[in-house]
Formats: sequence, C-alpha cells, structure tokens
Amino acid sequence: MTGRIYVPGDAAAVSVGADAVARAVADQIRSRQMTEAVVRNGSRGLFWLEPMVEVETERGRVAYGPVTVEAVPGLFDAGFLEGKAHALCLGLTEEIPYLKRQQRLTFARCGVTDPLSISDYVSHGGYRGLHRALTMTREAVVEEVVNSGLRGRGGAGFPTGIKWRTVLNAAGQEKYVVCNADEGDSGTYADRMIMEGDPFVLIEGMTIAGLAVGATRGYVYLRSEYLHALQVLQKAIAIGYSEGYLGKSVAGSGKIFDLEVRLGAGSYICGEETALLESLEGRRGQVRFKPPLPAIEGLFAKPTAVNNVISLATVPIILDKGAHFYRDFGMGRSRGTLTVQLAGNIRYGGLVETAFGMTLREAIYGFGGGTASGRPLRAVQVGGPLGAYFPESLLDTPLDYEAFAERKGLLGHGGVVVFDDSVDLARQARFAMEFCAIESCGKCTPCRIGSTRGVEVMDRIIANQARDKNLHLIEDLCELMQDGSLCALGALTPIPVLSALQHFPEDFHR
Amino acid sequence: MHTNVQQWDADLALARIRELEHLPGALLPVLHALQAQFGYIDGAAIPLVADVLNISVAEVHGVIGFYHDFRQRPPGRHVLRVCRAEACQAMGCEALIRHIERRVGAKVGETSADRSVTMEAVYCLGNCALSPALMLDGKLYGRVSAATADVLLDDTQRPS
Repeated sequence: MTGRIYVPGDAAAVSVGADAVARAVADQIRSRQMTEAVVRNGSRGLFWLEPMVEVETERGRVAYGPVTVEAVPGLFDAGFLEGKAHALCLGLTEEIPYLKRQQRLTFARCGVTDPLSISDYVSHGGYRGLHRALTMTREAVVEEVVNSGLRGRGGAGFPTGIKWRTVLNAAGQEKYVVCNADEGDSGTYADRMIMEGDPFVLIEGMTIAGLAVGATRGYVYLRSEYLHALQVLQKAIAIGYSEGYLGKSVAGSGKIFDLEVRLGAGSYICGEETALLESLEGRRGQVRFKPPLPAIEGLFAKPTAVNNVISLATVPIILDKGAHFYRDFGMGRSRGTLTVQLAGNIRYGGLVETAFGMTLREAIYGFGGGTASGRPLRAVQVGGPLGAYFPESLLDTPLDYEAFAERKGLLGHGGVVVFDDSVDLARQARFAMEFCAIESCGKCTPCRIGSTRGVEVMDRIIANQARDKNLHLIEDLCELMQDGSLCALGALTPIPVLSALQHFPEDFHR
Repeated sequence: MHTNVQQWDADLALARIRELEHLPGALLPVLHALQAQFGYIDGAAIPLVADVLNISVAEVHGVIGFYHDFRQRPPGRHVLRVCRAEACQAMGCEALIRHIERRVGAKVGETSADRSVTMEAVYCLGNCALSPALMLDGKLYGRVSAATADVLLDDTQRPS
C-alpha cells in the first residue's frame, strides 16, 4: 500500500517554508524510488510547529515539526515513513495535547483531509448535512439552525437561524446568500484556515443556507489579502460544479445553487455587512442605514442572508448531527464551540476550538504557553481592533459573549492578541483611533471626524500637553462616538481606547 | 518580477473591461482586472470603465479612491506589503518596518528611487500566530526578522 505524506499547503505554513519542504520531500521520494504521495493538507493550526509534516502509519498519523528543508533527508534516513523516532517527532498527531484537549466540530476535517478532494470530504462526513437538509422542508432546516443556538461568529453574535428565518419569510422570488469572508480583525485567521483547509464545508454550508432561505445564488466576499484562499476556493467551487454539488441540480435534487467568489479591495469597513453589500454591488463600501435589514432588503435590494465563514461552515455539522448535538456544547447563551485564535506575542500560537466557557487564562497559558518573548504578559486584546485591552487581572473571564460584554469587552471573531510588558497602552489607544481614521467609510461624522480628532488628542496626551484637560476630552469624544456613530467601527473604537485608560492609567501619565 | 504587468494600452484595457461587464456589480472585478494587467489604474481607464458600465466618471473615481488596494500610479518592480496591525505590533513590526525602510530607502507608501520596491501598509494578512508578517509580490512570509527581510530585499535587487 502506498502511504500518504501530508505537508500543509495553508498560507501560514507556506509563509514559513512549507512549499520548499514539500518539494524536498518529493525529491527524496523520487531519488529513493518510493511511491508515497504528497498531500497538501490544511493546517492543524499548531503554527509554532509549522511546517508540520505528517505520515500515515499503522498506528495512525505521526507528526514531525517544525520541519526544515535541511532536515528532510535525515527524516527519511531515520525511517519517518514508519513513524520512527527523530528529534522532530511529535508522536501521534491526535495525541498532541494541544489538539487532544480541543473539541473540533467546525474544524473537524481541517488539516486532516486533502482540501480539494471531494471523495476525502465525503468519506470524512462531508455532505451528510446537505443530504439530510434535502429531505427536510425549508422551515425545518431553518428551525434546526435556530434550535442549535448558533450565533454569528463574525463578531456581533446575532443568532444565525433567526436571520435565516427573516430571509425565508421575506417576500420575493430572488434572494441571496452572502458569505462574509472579509476577515479583517488583527489576530484572526480562522476563516482563512477553513477556506484553505476545508473549502467544501463552507460550500456545503452556503448551499444549505440557500436551500433554507430560498436563494439560488451565493457570493463569497473574500478580502483581497487572502490570495491563497482565493485560489483554493475557486478550485473547490469548480470541483463542486463538476461533481454536481453546485449548479442546476444540487446533488441531483433539482434545486439550483450557484456560487461565486468576489474579491474585496483592502477595506476593513467592508466587513460590516451593509458596506460589504455596497461593495459587492460595485460601489464605495459605505455603511447603509438600518432598517431595512439586509435580510429584508440586501444585495441588489433583495432579501439576503449575510453570514460569517465560520457560521456557515458550522451549519453542515448541525444539519448532520442535529441541533441538540451542537447545543450541548457551551455555556449560558453561547452555545456550541468557539474558535479561539491565539496570536501576537504568544509562545504556542494557533487555533483552539473548544466549547464556549474556557477562561482567557486557560487559552493563553494552558494552550498558548504565555508570551513568545518570555517577558511578563501585560495586556490582551480580544476581538480585533475594536476589542478591549484586558489586564492580567481579567484573565479569568470565560470566553462567552455575555461575560465579555459585562467587562466592557467583546469576543468578536475570537482573536486573542497577547502583548508583553514592552507595550505602551497610550500608543495602542492612539492606534485604535488612527485605525478608525484610516478605515472609516466617511458616512457619519462621529466616526469620520471623531477618529481624526481622537488621534490628535492622544498625541497631546502622549506629549503631556494639558494632560488632564485632554484626558477628559478623549473620554467625552469616546462617549460621542459610541452614541452617535452609524455602525460598529465608530461605535466600538472607544472600547480599546477606554479599556486602555481604565486598566492601564499609568501609561497615560508618563 | 512582480507580475506580468504591461504598459498602459487603451485597447487592452477595453478588452479587460468588456470581459467582465456582464457581471452584476462589475466595477470591483473590472478594477481588479485592470490593476492586475497594468499594475495600477491609469487615469485614462476611468472614462472607459464609466462608459462601458454606464456609470458616471465620478462614481468610478470615488470607488478607486475609496479602496486601499487600487493604485493610481505605477508601482515599483516589486510590491512589499508590511503588516502594521496589532498582532504584528505585539511582535515588533514597527522596528522591523524602520529597518526595511532604511534598507529600501523609501517609507511605507513610497517607491524606492531605483523603482525596485514599492512599500505599502496592510492591516492584517491573517498570519497572526506567526507575526510579524509581510507579503512580497503576493507571497506571504511569517515570523520575519530583520535578517530574513534582508534576504528577501536582496532578491528584489537582482535583475529579473
């Protein structure tokens, strides 16, 4: 039997040399006249071990990492194809504690299968959710998602099923499903990983969404920074068409679902759903007034379900195993699993999918191993550039939407960015305002002008000019932006600023 | 070399626009296609796009100006996009960027005098567990040190 050797083709793995390692492995196979096949899988999300190479053995898959090109001949000499010992050997992949302690539902296949093999996808449980959905009424599919408790993973945490129900009940023949793949929050990469590592799960989720709400066309709005994901998605969609899972008769059901990827153009605000729709329609990504909700009047003024990548990629397992299976994970009103992304100054950076409720401390120390620099942790920003900066004393906060809101923070898309004690929170507060100024769509004054004034006021505070007066002014400005902005960009930019002020006042008095 | 970009050519531009005009909401795909072809969006393309898509010149202008991706001037032979977002900040991206700016002899947002490198800021490349990150000619690099940046920059100096 010919074994398989897995060398991740994930963009992050490639960014630290996985392509060169894959070539070196192929060269060894050729020169040793072996027959093993090299599979470019997704990443398991253990990024400090990338490129992490896996081999199939009788005991299961054995991992080695981080593998360099120079190490490849030695691995073959040591008999790594039989899973034999080597300095880089990590043992059985499934037994690596970082992975073993997770509950991978959405990411069950990511890093396991060949991302572009539909037979691999199906043999690992793929398309079971779609087949079940095809036996159900639209209403029943929607209720299954409602009952699962799935909340939008893009950041706002709005119940996915309720959104679908609104689209389903909206009048009109023409409806759309739009996948928000504009993953712009720093510290997040879960969308990218799943699109590159298991693209069919997103395609299946969008197809189910289309069936459920009565849409025959879907768009993936992908940020232009994700060129690697674009290539994978386009190939996967082409395969989906040729295998009959997309197009005129989805899986032979006679139901239509067409899917297309559209590229953004480097604009953070286009992650806001109405700005995204404007952009898809070919305009400046300016936020729309709500109401009407996109579920009633969305893309091209038709009812539109706009969902995040992870929300949609979670739908197949909910349809496959049922709402109760999914709802049994989690805490309070946060049901199911959260994909935490450990980032920044972190020793073991990577993707951790577990039930809601794990504490931030467990994520950062239990999984992440503390800072990469080895210096003391000083601040953590959860939820992207609009998330709060938490000090060490708040690390026992459970990862749960409500728990974060109670502490004036937000969970957002699950990004956790760790900073060591070299961080200056006054500088970070200034950056929050600067980022808002750079990315503001310009439609509302509090965001457009407020952010620019915010940078100026922060500059005066940092330069110690009339500090007390300016500290009062920045709080006043934050209140105005929170109350008066049209969308979350202007309304939430004060969160990092005010949390920095509240928890790290010493940095504003240097 | 960055990509197979070509000198501005109105006929070629028109052909690219016509290939995509049928798409609903075609403007962004059209602008991406023009930038892929020429490396930037020439001012002379704007009336062509407006005419084919039956929208105003002002609207095309407004869209080009809104999105950070679209360049209105030709870039250097290589485009280096440096991440300045929080995860990379936590791993010292600003010091790395200062080093690169000194090496290249241009600041972020500028093109080097020899036109070999254009530097652009980007806010997150989705490689946040391997910060600091940068992208050279569309290829992503992670855990970039000053030394690895030097190696990449040396490559940009080779004749292509």
